[in-house]
Amino acid sequence: MTNPFFIFLAALGRPVLGTFEFIGRPSYFAWQGLKGAFSRPIYFKMLRKQMIEIGYFSLPVVGMTALFSGMVLALQSYTGFSRFSAEGAVATVVVLSMTRELGPVLAGLMVAGRVGSSMAAEIGTMRVTEQIDALTTLSVNPVRYLITPRLVAGIIMMPFLVLIADIIGVMGGYFVSIYALDFNSTNYIKSTIQFLEPIDVISGLVKAAVFGFLISLMGCYHGFNSKGGAQGVGRAVINSVVSASILILISNYLVTEMFFTK
Amino acid sequence: MSKTSKIKLKNLKKSFGKKHVLTGLDLDVKKGESFVIIGGSGTGKSVLLKCILGLIQPDNGSIKIDGVEVSDTKERPYEKFGMLFQGGALFDSLPIWENVAFGLLHGNKMYKDEARILAIEKLESVGLGEDIADHMPSEMSGGMQKRISLARAIATNPEIIFFDEPTTGLDPIMADVINDLIKKCVKEIGATAISITHDMASAKKIGDRAGMLYEGKLIWTDNVKKLDKSGNEYVDQFVHGRAKGPIKWVVK
Repeated sequence: MTNPFFIFLAALGRPVLGTFEFIGRPSYFAWQGLKGAFSRPIYFKMLRKQMIEIGYFSLPVVGMTALFSGMVLALQSYTGFSRFSAEGAVATVVVLSMTRELGPVLAGLMVAGRVGSSMAAEIGTMRVTEQIDALTTLSVNPVRYLITPRLVAGIIMMPFLVLIADIIGVMGGYFVSIYALDFNSTNYIKSTIQFLEPIDVISGLVKAAVFGFLISLMGCYHGFNSKGGAQGVGRAVINSVVSASILILISNYLVTEMFFTK
Repeated sequence: MSKTSKIKLKNLKKSFGKKHVLTGLDLDVKKGESFVIIGGSGTGKSVLLKCILGLIQPDNGSIKIDGVEVSDTKERPYEKFGMLFQGGALFDSLPIWENVAFGLLHGNKMYKDEARILAIEKLESVGLGEDIADHMPSEMSGGMQKRISLARAIATNPEIIFFDEPTTGLDPIMADVINDLIKKCVKEIGATAISITHDMASAKKIGDRAGMLYEGKLIWTDNVKKLDKSGNEYVDQFVHGRAKGPIKWVVK
């Protein structure tokens, strides 16, 4: 192919096709996974197992992250706001930051590291040891059995985790404000509730559901398509965590814009 | 053995990029027959099995199972299939009895208690006791894992069983135990079997007929008893494990 026009066309077409493939493959995979949630068979035992794995076992790490984020947020806000005598806004800043942003984003990033990596490693190992092929030969659709429960569990459990993270984070801010910064407890609680609106919490929970879906999707997608033995599984784990983290940050902006742009 | 074809392949082709793995393979396995495919590493034996199983889509050609054409779809009559994978492919997260009963629970929709009883029966038929039923596969030795995998492959009494290098990685005595079990199980359930192996002792023991895969085609097929005196220089070289001969191994 020496015609410059065709060379130009090929150079243009390659990245375009690559982009379509890059977006299309995980999108089709997600569609296949979600479709399984609306028809039989539904593997409830697998769903329950994944819900416990994502929700219950992530509680300590998410709780610790939220607690210290709330504490440091109160401290930073206080030292910053005291420069222009606005210390009274600390409670509001803590509760709005936790519910709108820090709760969902930090919980999302922590769960991406803990659960997304574990999903990619588990499914990737199943792929390279032919366990996924074995599922097929045993008349079980591997996407329905492995992927659907994880996607559904991610969507359901992340909002619960984030709700708990919000509460723990606000509590962290409260403890620092009361015991370290000498705030009045009643006034602090009053300020916390006064400016908090349902949309602040709801937007955070919607973000959590989106993040839960993305974390599970990336973990499953990279694990399911891993190849090349132990090295391939390692690559799948890295890709799942990195891509989930980036998607969390991008979708965080998009959901925020959806809720709060007038 | 019946004269009816159970699995019939015609002009089967599969390439991965520029590498042509299957180049027009023909095979006819009769009902109740045990067919063994031999061939060097990388000649496409596993690809052939995966094409029949629907795990890989062939580029061209026909695959008929019980006379029904299946090559144009990934769907296969999996209720008729049993498969012993090379590495066992046991599910790490499930206890041994659930591994064996997996096809019964999910494919045949059997109740758990009933499936457990059947799984233990199958474990006993491969020489393993009830005492290991609740252990995890990782607690077992390689030979035991192979036997558990065999029990899983035969649990649903499949009409067709595939064996992917069943004796690889086992010591000669355990390999012979597995060969005996394969022969016994296939005979008991009256299944049609396709095995791929490098192990000549295994091929001779478990097969009725054998074929040699070379450059994407079966270059020789005949009764397994004729393996040693096939009259085919490629088969002779492979069976006797000679470095010199028409098969050239490319060292890169």
